[in-house]
Amino acid sequence: MKLAFREALSAFRRAPLLSALSVTTIAFSLFALGLFGLVAVNMRQALQQLEERFEIRAFVAEGASIDSVTAAMKELSALPNVARVNYVSRAQALQRARRELGEFRDVFQDEFLPASLELRLRPGLEGQNEVKAVVERVRKLPFVDDVRYGEEWVEKLYRVRDVAAAAGLVLGLAFATVAVIIIGSTIRMAVLARSREISIMRLVGATDAFVRAPFLIEGFFKGVLGGVLALVFTWLAHELIDRTLIETTFFDARTAVLGVLGGALIGLLGSSLSVGRHLRKV
Amino acid sequence: MIRFTNVTKTYPRTGTAVAGVSLHVAKGEFVFFTGPSGAGKSTLLKMVYFEERPSEGEVRVGGTSSKDASRGDVARLRRKLGIVFQDFRLLDDRTVAANIAFALEVIGAPTGSITVKVGRLLERVGLASKANAFPRELSGGEQQRVAIARALVNDPFVLVADEPTGNLDDRATRGVFQLLRDINASGTAVMMATHNLELIRRCDYRTVEINRGQVVFDSREQSAELPPARGRAR
Repeated sequence: MKLAFREALSAFRRAPLLSALSVTTIAFSLFALGLFGLVAVNMRQALQQLEERFEIRAFVAEGASIDSVTAAMKELSALPNVARVNYVSRAQALQRARRELGEFRDVFQDEFLPASLELRLRPGLEGQNEVKAVVERVRKLPFVDDVRYGEEWVEKLYRVRDVAAAAGLVLGLAFATVAVIIIGSTIRMAVLARSREISIMRLVGATDAFVRAPFLIEGFFKGVLGGVLALVFTWLAHELIDRTLIETTFFDARTAVLGVLGGALIGLLGSSLSVGRHLRKV
Repeated sequence: MIRFTNVTKTYPRTGTAVAGVSLHVAKGEFVFFTGPSGAGKSTLLKMVYFEERPSEGEVRVGGTSSKDASRGDVARLRRKLGIVFQDFRLLDDRTVAANIAFALEVIGAPTGSITVKVGRLLERVGLASKANAFPRELSGGEQQRVAIARALVNDPFVLVADEPTGNLDDRATRGVFQLLRDINASGTAVMMATHNLELIRRCDYRTVEINRGQVVFDSREQSAELPPARGRAR
């Protein structure tokens, strides 16, 4: 194993330009992936913020008993997708209208606005069906006159999220495939450059696994280095965007480590796919 | 020890390289393989270390058969063989000592024993003073000695040498050949392909002549069975 590590590292020393080229190429394909990841992270965060502001409003019929409203609030609060339930009395509704629509404050004289229940949902719901399920539950309450929740808006919100997730998946896979192919080609070049060494290893009795090990380690290292470099590029891009265009969030530490590990996995996959195929020709 | 039984090797593009060869090489024997270029000598030797497998027939080397040897079996077999080529096949970016050590490292020899063994092998081939030289700094004969030292790392029971003196001048040829004789004298069988009839004449080792993939002369069989009139390229 020691020799395999040494051989893998000496590949960098013996062909520094080729190694730098492959690491940079890997870094750029992972950087593209990183940029998309950055967009995805920020989009998800933006959607989450929207979801947090999203509310269902149920208008309470006149004469509804406090007891039944309180019981319903307790029941609704217990639903898994409901974050909290607020009761807005007629007086509070009027006060809020006066505050929010200042120029019409003189028009609002009486408590003409109905009392209502405001439901905030938990962020990260699967889709609009979960919203609808809560709405249906609210609608069935006997004292509820009407329920408003911006049905069209909800639909659009979740559609944007689904499209973003699908695009992220497809583009992510595409970039990962490109990175695997690039690593495969660099390993192919490394195999060809070291064909004499490989043939000698075989002649003195090295097993296939032994011959393969340095190339797998090399692919792994290139993946890790490419991943780290891509992370640096992505961070620089994030800083640039954050300072000049729009406030953005960077990956958390766990995602960053996962990204580098992803690079390593891509390196390992690319080299293992390539090395077996090309070693047979040496 | 090494047995070819009705061995035929056919390549899809170039046709038959070896046709119906049967022969046996005994433990500690020295055998010359001679014949014109393209006769099938190298193919025959390649089948000893399983670089090539027969299209028909069987090659048995030690306990390993060409019929059922896995890639792992081949790797294990090669640890008991030594192989030397005309073009030396040394790693140019490593010193003489590192070239030999590399072969030991590949088979997982303990690190502590490698330096000692490399030193001993270099002394055996007469290159102890060149341990830190690079192959390009050595003469052809010296490079071939390094290749032989590398082939001896596993204490092989047979040394397969494909035209080991093909690139060397007379003086270097004599030196390398003497080294091979010494190795043989210590009990290792030697299978050597060569065009050099002078070497063959100089000693009375067994000689197998190959032509168009067939054994057309075997000095061992001639002395036992064949009439003396049978043609031989001496």
